[in-house]
Amino acid sequence: MTFMHKALGTVAALALTAGAALAEPALIFDLGGKFDKSFNEAAYNGAKRWADETGNSFREIELQSEAQREQALRRFAEAGANPIVMAGFAFGTALGEVAADYPDTKFAIIDMVVDQPNVQSVVFNEHEGSYLVGMMAAMKSESDTVGFIGGMDIPLIRKFACGYAQGVKAVNPDATVIANMTGTTPAAWNDPVKGSELTKAQISQGADVVYAAAGGTGVGVLQTAADEGILSIGVDSNQNYLHPGKVLTSMMKRVDNAVYDAFSAGADLEPGFQVMGISNGGVGYALDEYNASLVSDDMKSAVDAAAASIADGSLSVHDYTSDDSCPALSF
Amino acid sequence: MSKMPAWADAVLVPLISIFLAAILSALVILFIGEDPIAALNLMVDGALGSTYGWGYTLYYATNFLFTGLAFSVAFHAAQFNIGAEGQAMLGGLGVAIVCIVIPWPHWSLALIFALVGAAAFGAFWAAIPAYLQATRGSHIVITTIMFNFIAAALLNYLLVNVMRPEGSMDPATGKFPEATHLPTLHDILGVFGIPFSKAAPANISLLIGLIACVLVYLLIWRTRLGYEIRAFGKSESAARYAGISPVKITVVAMMISGGLAGMMAINNVMGEAERLVMNATEGAGFIGIAVALMGRNHPLGVLLAAILFGFLYQGGAELALWASIPRELIVVIQALVILFTGALDNMVRMPLERLFGAVRREG
Repeated sequence: MTFMHKALGTVAALALTAGAALAEPALIFDLGGKFDKSFNEAAYNGAKRWADETGNSFREIELQSEAQREQALRRFAEAGANPIVMAGFAFGTALGEVAADYPDTKFAIIDMVVDQPNVQSVVFNEHEGSYLVGMMAAMKSESDTVGFIGGMDIPLIRKFACGYAQGVKAVNPDATVIANMTGTTPAAWNDPVKGSELTKAQISQGADVVYAAAGGTGVGVLQTAADEGILSIGVDSNQNYLHPGKVLTSMMKRVDNAVYDAFSAGADLEPGFQVMGISNGGVGYALDEYNASLVSDDMKSAVDAAAASIADGSLSVHDYTSDDSCPALSF
Repeated sequence: MSKMPAWADAVLVPLISIFLAAILSALVILFIGEDPIAALNLMVDGALGSTYGWGYTLYYATNFLFTGLAFSVAFHAAQFNIGAEGQAMLGGLGVAIVCIVIPWPHWSLALIFALVGAAAFGAFWAAIPAYLQATRGSHIVITTIMFNFIAAALLNYLLVNVMRPEGSMDPATGKFPEATHLPTLHDILGVFGIPFSKAAPANISLLIGLIACVLVYLLIWRTRLGYEIRAFGKSESAARYAGISPVKITVVAMMISGGLAGMMAINNVMGEAERLVMNATEGAGFIGIAVALMGRNHPLGVLLAAILFGFLYQGGAELALWASIPRELIVVIQALVILFTGALDNMVRMPLERLFGAVRREG
């Protein structure tokens, strides 16, 4: 009892000094930064939507250094933030160590699996969403050559590329898919200049639709594609508005929904494994006024039909990370 | 030119510089509509207000202590070593190899050999530019900074292709074995019954850093080699006339410098992360330059400056956590302190010297 009082007192004191209310949720962005127009921004939008709807506030931090991963987690946990959501696989190691020290705090990690009793691991079926936009790319391509530009060369991004290539081949088995990665370090998430160079290189090889799965690097890909008069496909957030009429569609990875759901669940966040796929609205493609003129009714019905069969299980898209190989594309 | 008393040179100039930087930072914070007093409180409280804050402040300070000492040793030989970043990265590689390849029975053994590994790799990385400088005249500033890039590329290659565990997405090695985990200040002070935050990463490397301070002092001011290094640094032609070999002094001073920079890795790689990550040094090699310049290249000064920069780092992190000040601005505040204490030193020094001169003439 006294220990409990003491513990509660400490938490309350910390919360007071920090100016934070108890059980305020917290969101930690990865090194790419909050406004990367892509992954982190999607997470931020989900948190903001929750804050606007409920009128509550949340804590957030953009990391500056690797040592801050664990620090930010511990600080938020000690200040009583609950749940704590982190955007990015790179938190896996830090969370694996921290989670056990704060059994009463719930954590949610996106894009990574951490096996702890108080952690919800949210993973997305990016290969399914990429399959759909791959179909659209193949239907729209006139040169029968489409491009893929990834960020950092990790299994997760290969999963995007593999799903995309499968979608392309499903529509046109003879089509060529050119895949390039921006780099092998986290800097590859935020290198629009390199993204632009890669786009130009792919255009010179005949690509007329490019799909960017590269975080902030994708801004350069979309810009160059628009400048050079070819189509591009955005990722994570809906990026159609960036270049109206030039972005064919965006592969929506609803990180915002994952953050929103976690914040809404609050301290009752369900630990375990959460898969966000086509069937539960976790991934999909974006259709709005900015790309309506690019997507014909035929395309839409074909893609929607594929989405329906993926959702009911009659069509299965190969997941690169399941066996580290891809039937439709070699890296 | 009239000279200032020593205490003014060592204490007053840095203090005024910090004060000016603080005023400018306060103005910047005011401009974005935040309260500078509250921000300062947050920084002081977050960095020094708890054993937790001290733990992080001292952790960062330990990094800067090693790189600051590294820079100052080379500086005494008139070598401008801006390659501490790369040397510390290579030191990390040395630590990782020692910790992963050999199954250590106890952390103390692992620590000794990791120190040797870190110092050897760092010294090796500094020796190449030093040799080129001494025998070919390739300028050390150019070569050491280029070696930073080579070190980053080398580490990048090794982490992505060789040392990354199967199936991992992070470009990093696996966790080091349990037996190589260093005791933290929590464990050390716990022996004496002093409570210290368990979460903070400050570890036994801090004590090694303090020992390194003493050894560097003894080396530079109490040994023949140190005398030769200083003589060479003050005047190369005089040193040459006295029979001191320029090649030997350049290479030896740079290797000691690189070894010290490499030893930083026992703090950040072995002590904190317990694995080797891609960007483990995070600019500590460059901060070391500012730390050494501010500390007047004296170990005691370097120690104090390292703690100040540790405070700035940890205080900045707290600011990012609890205030709505964007992270870019925190870098601006840190940069202002570096600018004033490192680059704009003479701006404070010259008027002060004139002031002291005027007072003396009157008196």
